[in-house]
Amino acid sequence: MTERRNHLRQLEAESIHILREVAAEFERPVMLYSIGKDSSVLLHVAMKAFYPAKPPFPLLHIDTTWKFRDMIAFRDETATRLGLELVVHVNPEGVAQGVGPISHGSALHTDIMKTQGLRQALDSGRYDAAIGGARRDEEKSRAKERVFSHRSRQHRWDPKNQRPELWEIYNGRLAPGESMRVFPLSNWTELDVWQYILEEQIPIVPLYFAAERPVVERDGMLIMVDDTRFPLAPDERPQMRRVRFRTLGCYPLTGAIESSATNLEEIVAELLAARTSERQGRVIDQDETGSMEKKKQEGYF
Amino acid sequence: MSQTGDETRPSVRHAAPNAERQGDAGAVFAQEGEKGLLKFLTCGSVDDGKSTLIGRLLYDCQLIMEDQLATLESDSRKIGTTGGDLDMALLVDGLQAEREQGITIDVAYRYFTSPQRKFIVADTPGHEQYTRNMATGASACDLAVILVDARKGVLTQTRRHSCIVHLLGIRHVVLAVNKMDQVDYAKERFEAIREEYLGFAEALGIAEITCIPVSALHGDNVANVSHKMDWYHGPSLLAHLETVEVGDAIVDKALRFPVQWVNRPNHEFRGYAGTIVSGRVKVGDEIIVVPSGRLSRVARIVTYDGELESAAAGDAVTLVLADEIDISRGDVIASREARPEIADQVAANVVWMGDEAMHPGRPYLIKCGTRWVSGTVSSLKHKLNVDNLDHMAGRDLELNEVGFCNLSFDRPIAFDPYKENRATGGFIIVDRISNATVGAGMLEFGLRRATNIHWQALDINKGTRAAQKGQRASCIWFTGLSGSGKSTIANLLEKRLHDAGKHTYILDGDNVRHGLNRDLGFTDTDRVENIRRITEVARLMVDAGLIVVVSFISPFRAERRMARELFDESEFLEVFVDTPIEVCEARDPKGLYKKARQGELKNFTGVDSDYELPENAEVVLKGGENTPEQSIELLLEKLRADGTI
Repeated sequence: MTERRNHLRQLEAESIHILREVAAEFERPVMLYSIGKDSSVLLHVAMKAFYPAKPPFPLLHIDTTWKFRDMIAFRDETATRLGLELVVHVNPEGVAQGVGPISHGSALHTDIMKTQGLRQALDSGRYDAAIGGARRDEEKSRAKERVFSHRSRQHRWDPKNQRPELWEIYNGRLAPGESMRVFPLSNWTELDVWQYILEEQIPIVPLYFAAERPVVERDGMLIMVDDTRFPLAPDERPQMRRVRFRTLGCYPLTGAIESSATNLEEIVAELLAARTSERQGRVIDQDETGSMEKKKQEGYF
Repeated sequence: MSQTGDETRPSVRHAAPNAERQGDAGAVFAQEGEKGLLKFLTCGSVDDGKSTLIGRLLYDCQLIMEDQLATLESDSRKIGTTGGDLDMALLVDGLQAEREQGITIDVAYRYFTSPQRKFIVADTPGHEQYTRNMATGASACDLAVILVDARKGVLTQTRRHSCIVHLLGIRHVVLAVNKMDQVDYAKERFEAIREEYLGFAEALGIAEITCIPVSALHGDNVANVSHKMDWYHGPSLLAHLETVEVGDAIVDKALRFPVQWVNRPNHEFRGYAGTIVSGRVKVGDEIIVVPSGRLSRVARIVTYDGELESAAAGDAVTLVLADEIDISRGDVIASREARPEIADQVAANVVWMGDEAMHPGRPYLIKCGTRWVSGTVSSLKHKLNVDNLDHMAGRDLELNEVGFCNLSFDRPIAFDPYKENRATGGFIIVDRISNATVGAGMLEFGLRRATNIHWQALDINKGTRAAQKGQRASCIWFTGLSGSGKSTIANLLEKRLHDAGKHTYILDGDNVRHGLNRDLGFTDTDRVENIRRITEVARLMVDAGLIVVVSFISPFRAERRMARELFDESEFLEVFVDTPIEVCEARDPKGLYKKARQGELKNFTGVDSDYELPENAEVVLKGGENTPEQSIELLLEKLRADGTI
């Protein structure tokens, strides 16, 4: 007698188990909240894991100041709706130097505003575990990342010296100053995430749904002009096109896709027919082969 | 810039599809949601084509996206090993370093789906030194695909992988005979390999074995049945993976619920959060909490999605019990009829994963389920030859070795034999200093004698004995290199204490090595045992109320820490005699450095064996700068300040 279990319930239970281990084994855990669909799923699972209590950790958002405005509105609304503590950190040095993706390029902007900003926030909050929504199927270098991924005092990841991870027994032991990145959604795929959002009716940022939006074309990517900071050529006019986003990041670095999918069912239909993997919409991965691995060693999430 | 103004921004809204809006995609989705999940492992020798096989499965299931295909095409030309054809292995070999070396170096997880099932693949490396990665991958899987090269047949590696897979409790094995294209798709070749493998694997005791001839490079019998092997009538690899029944009836076993987290949002609610790892539970069930043995009844099964009447293995829930009893993380809520074993001494198979060898007697941290305990390997009964599971003699376990050990914990744990329940029978071993996971264990049975030893509570105790002598019992532990001057200082200290009317005893190499420990040599394992015995003797003497002066090189942090932990915090004083090795070697009072340098003396600390510097010694004496008398004054000052004398 065996029971067939829906794979989404299995994935959810596994993620709940991981989140509870974090709450039990660390002194100051924090959940990295990036506002995207994976964060939405992660947060939803966290609400389940500790029910009827609230998740015993705050949310942390590393704001690069270049996120879509819809993302920021959604972030604040979500924290209020769920009654959770939200910590927002912006790298003050980056702001003082006026660092941005357009003026400084994607690599430098990501390093200073995101990677360095994250390190500052983790240090100043003295967080010993940072929970993130990364999935192993996103990118090749992620496929070998542990669920409990150890970071040195300098926040560095050593891919050649990872702790073996057996059964569902996680080793959360740390020396002073070291920390853990924890990825409860490691075994989820993009399709699982969308399927779960549909099944659980989880709120997501409206940018995922197609709408008429002002875009310009840069290096073959459709970039949405979300505010007046975006430099246009003298006679350039953003065109209104029906687009949506498969991933969300800094708006000048995130490519839109032309789509007419205005609800989850249509997104799914599009996804099932898709022939393009999701990170293609991100400028930062295309700098060079293995670029994600390099960023991660330096402390990028 | 009016077009970027607020009027063009869609308002924040929630995705809230309702049932009637769910079109075809919703129907497809609903169907997708009913799929089961199969976790399997692939293992094989370096060149057996493992990565190619997984790449082929992904490719044939049409899960390679256009941009990935473009990258694959350009990478195949640049670094491919298939002479310009698409190199499927490049789809799965993740880290840059290993891509350049052309080998896989760690466990990588892959995900794909077919109309019947979702799959999670643990891709593990094949070469000898990475046994630990295979064990890691196998621990999470229900099935293993073992690859052999049709040209080479069953190799030592094949047997080794089968043994590890069996040891880790995987009951379903697929032998994929790959590169059939290289042997002209010959039936005879496949049959010969199949016969040989079945003979071996059945003797090993693997429950279910399926052999399939494939060519990963050309896709024969991978996702599609091959027309080049009409003589083979079985399923393709994918068809087998889609239909194989791996449920080990875990829900029909006894209830086991390791408590992860006590949920107390307010005074009204007290629940125990965890995942049911075996069996089922329903409201009203009579349960037992182990190891405490307290009894209660399940009052509620709480989840975010509503309260449940019953729940089963795999469900992450929160249990509320009828009685207010003391339960904490690490306890196990279990069936009363079929209780887990409880023991603080157990026998287990251990796979060693640390760069530094496992030494019996050295203290480690152990996590079993959600419980951390401190423990030691009390003895290594025998090693296992992973090529055939034969027993071999041995004293310690090196990286990638497997041994059958007795372990001793500081507190009892509740467990089941691993063969019966992987979730409550497996544990990890963690190094106390580096915090690295250095071993994985599979429990076999509890040792009966453990349940019969009880501590005698005596009226006359350490305090009364020490008070009678007008002192506080303590252990003063000197560590430092040979020739650092620690024995000179220790002897002088004992003399000064004796003169002051204190009751002392000194333990050093001379009076211990010649008697109690004369059976021990100078290997790392023997050094650990040496220190363990000395520590136990010192503890008995401190219990007798004495001030015990211990003077040993004691080069390893782990042993010094073990010694420290056997004493109360206030009664242990670590004294590091910090004399530079050049000074020690120049003194060389016993001529030992000279012998060691000439190679006549092996494992000599400071020459060919490490001395790990103390990190938290209470007193550091500069043996190279101060005279022994100056050092003694510093020490006595510290002892007075502590109230020892």
